[in-house]
Amino acid sequence: MAYFSQQLINAITLGAIYGLIAIGYTMVYGIIGMINFAHGEVFMIGAFISLIGFMICSLLGIGSAPVAILLVLLMAMAFSAVYGWAIERTAYRPLRGSFRLAPLISAIGVSIALQNYVQLVQGARPKPGGQIVSGGFNLFSADGFDVRVSWLQIIIVVVTVVLMAGFTWLIARTSLGRRQRACEQDMKMAALLGVNVDRTISLTFVLGATLAAVAGMLFLMYYGVIDFFIGFLAGIKAFTAAVLGGIGSLPGAMLGGLLIGLIEVFWAGYFSSEYKDVAVFAILVLVLIFRPTGLLGKPEIEKV
Amino acid sequence: MGARLPSMLKDAALTAFVAAALGIFIVGFRTIDVGSRTGLSFDYQFADLLVAIATIFVGRLGLSLAAMGLRWPVVALGAAMIATGASPLQLPSGFLHWFVALGGVMLVIRGIWPWARSTATAAAATPAGLALGQAGAKWFGWLLLAAAVLLPFTPAADQKTMDLAVLILTYVMLGWGLNIVVGLAGLLDLGYVAFYAVGAYSYALLSTQYGLGFWTVLPLAGMMAALFGIVLGFPVLRLRGDYLAIVTLGFGEIIRLVLLNWVDFTNGPAGIGSIPGPTLFGAVFAETPPAGKQSVSEMLGITFDGNHRLIFLYYILLLLALVTNLFTQRMRRLPVGRAWEALREDETACRALGINPTNTKLTAFAIGAMFAGFAGSFFAAKQRFISPESFAFIESAIILAIVVLGGMGSQIGVVLAAVLLIGLPEWFRELGNYRMLAFGLAMVLIMVFRPRGLIADRQPSVRLHPAGSGGGP
Repeated sequence: MAYFSQQLINAITLGAIYGLIAIGYTMVYGIIGMINFAHGEVFMIGAFISLIGFMICSLLGIGSAPVAILLVLLMAMAFSAVYGWAIERTAYRPLRGSFRLAPLISAIGVSIALQNYVQLVQGARPKPGGQIVSGGFNLFSADGFDVRVSWLQIIIVVVTVVLMAGFTWLIARTSLGRRQRACEQDMKMAALLGVNVDRTISLTFVLGATLAAVAGMLFLMYYGVIDFFIGFLAGIKAFTAAVLGGIGSLPGAMLGGLLIGLIEVFWAGYFSSEYKDVAVFAILVLVLIFRPTGLLGKPEIEKV
Repeated sequence: MGARLPSMLKDAALTAFVAAALGIFIVGFRTIDVGSRTGLSFDYQFADLLVAIATIFVGRLGLSLAAMGLRWPVVALGAAMIATGASPLQLPSGFLHWFVALGGVMLVIRGIWPWARSTATAAAATPAGLALGQAGAKWFGWLLLAAAVLLPFTPAADQKTMDLAVLILTYVMLGWGLNIVVGLAGLLDLGYVAFYAVGAYSYALLSTQYGLGFWTVLPLAGMMAALFGIVLGFPVLRLRGDYLAIVTLGFGEIIRLVLLNWVDFTNGPAGIGSIPGPTLFGAVFAETPPAGKQSVSEMLGITFDGNHRLIFLYYILLLLALVTNLFTQRMRRLPVGRAWEALREDETACRALGINPTNTKLTAFAIGAMFAGFAGSFFAAKQRFISPESFAFIESAIILAIVVLGGMGSQIGVVLAAVLLIGLPEWFRELGNYRMLAFGLAMVLIMVFRPRGLIADRQPSVRLHPAGSGGGP
């Protein structure tokens, strides 16, 4: 029971991070129907900017952890957003109207280029991030096993919940959200009604990138070590989460993230940690074969 | 032009500003390991960043000028950049010299592009040009083939060259195999390397565990890979294009992870070593053959030379690659090959015409997988050691990049792309670290500027009415 609870807490933390990344996939897929394969790299770059941000904070003598976290959060979001925007502008926008698989191939190219760019300028070795927030408390003890919740896990879950709430509000209530949903439904019609489609798509990428950057910062704080390759696996897992939840659906992305976190942590905890990634890939394959619309997605009708 | 200049400068400044925002932390603050408690410290790279931003500013300005059709100012700007890059001027790092110079080269190409294209089109339209073009299209492949066959006899064929030739040829063969799947059938397969791995492990296990020879296992490995293709392909081939791509990526990673973790069967990350090489009519390539075997040098009565083995491997691979090519060329004329191309263009229409999409895709998938299996067992025989490391996703991406760059569906294009993407980085060793970066950027640039690849070959292989006869479109 205690072991189970501990694993559950770890799984929810991990799931929150996957959920934040998954939103970027799901929004982009919803609006232009492409898999933004480079999204995982934006997450990785967000983690690197956070690492550099925390180091700058300590150089400037900002000792208070909440201030440092807030500053780094804003910095990572802002500068990763530029990456999101630049990727869309240079690699995807010129391809609208090209053949079906062109955006995906271009996205793979962006992903390879960004990985190697970071490897070249920052080095291939894993980067230790140091501990920014430490400590925690015992939730309860059972069977001689302490169930611990760290402050960090609470921060991760709280940040995720706050961002999700804000984001849901943004999509449901603001004019930006309305434009976005309009483009999702019918891009041509939205353009006829005066919606600036290009700008809306750009903003979608920017929003996705900011959330990925937050996920990157949380990942850095949680695991303490990052390298240029973290984006590949995290990206695929988050994409799996988006597909599992129903691609195009925001609550679905969050739900999918949680489920993937649960599957990964419990598989590693109860079966074998070597095959935890296989479990996630198998989920990806199985969901796409048997329920491509995911748990909360709408069925897609193919028109000629 | 005077009136447009301020807006062009503004545009260039904006681009430079975005580049600065992109680079300021990731490039400007290089984190380096130090032995202290926190473990990291900064190595500031602002000089590099400034030079890069200035280059981007000039480059963007040049592109704006080119868009206005000003040929010579653009060429002059590009030449100035090349001169800066090639000058003994001390830029902060060696890479920046390349960066500036390559930017200049691209600018020059962009500057003369419209003129060069119109000139080339005009030249090709003259009777002499037409004849030359037809002869070139007809003979270019044969010339390449002759060069490939004669290569080991030229004085250039030392061990280094032959190694490189084998490497390039391996990618040509894989590219041709993947071309069936991606180029002809239009199925984006991101897990192609999995079938390569199946072929390699089939040979490695069958030869080290059961003592089977290369020539026995080769067809078995191909069949094994094709079987995997069918088993994996059957459930997923009805998915839409991009979902299919991700599922194949998932399969590729699953197979790699299983090879990595199933230690009893595959020896895990340590890999399988001492795999026997291929034999020539039962004779082995070794100076002192193992007991009961004959060495090739004894059989042929020639003196032993380490290079012979490599040349022999090269010819095996050339043969395999040619079989792949010939097979594909023939398949394209058969009903199933035509169905592949039709399916690539419009699946709904094919369905309406009574083509079974799943079976048609499955044949393409299985045949592509089979050739990857052949290539894989060759790879194992040549390397004599394999481990899961050789079969990562990036290999699939490289093979895909070759097919995409060459022009999906074009056989010659794959050869050119393999020489370009695999051969060039070997010649420019100092740029070796930047190879994968260039790969990624090349994939994006090709998609943006030339989505059909170097040699666009999307013409149907068979026409109902020959073009120009007035019957067909």
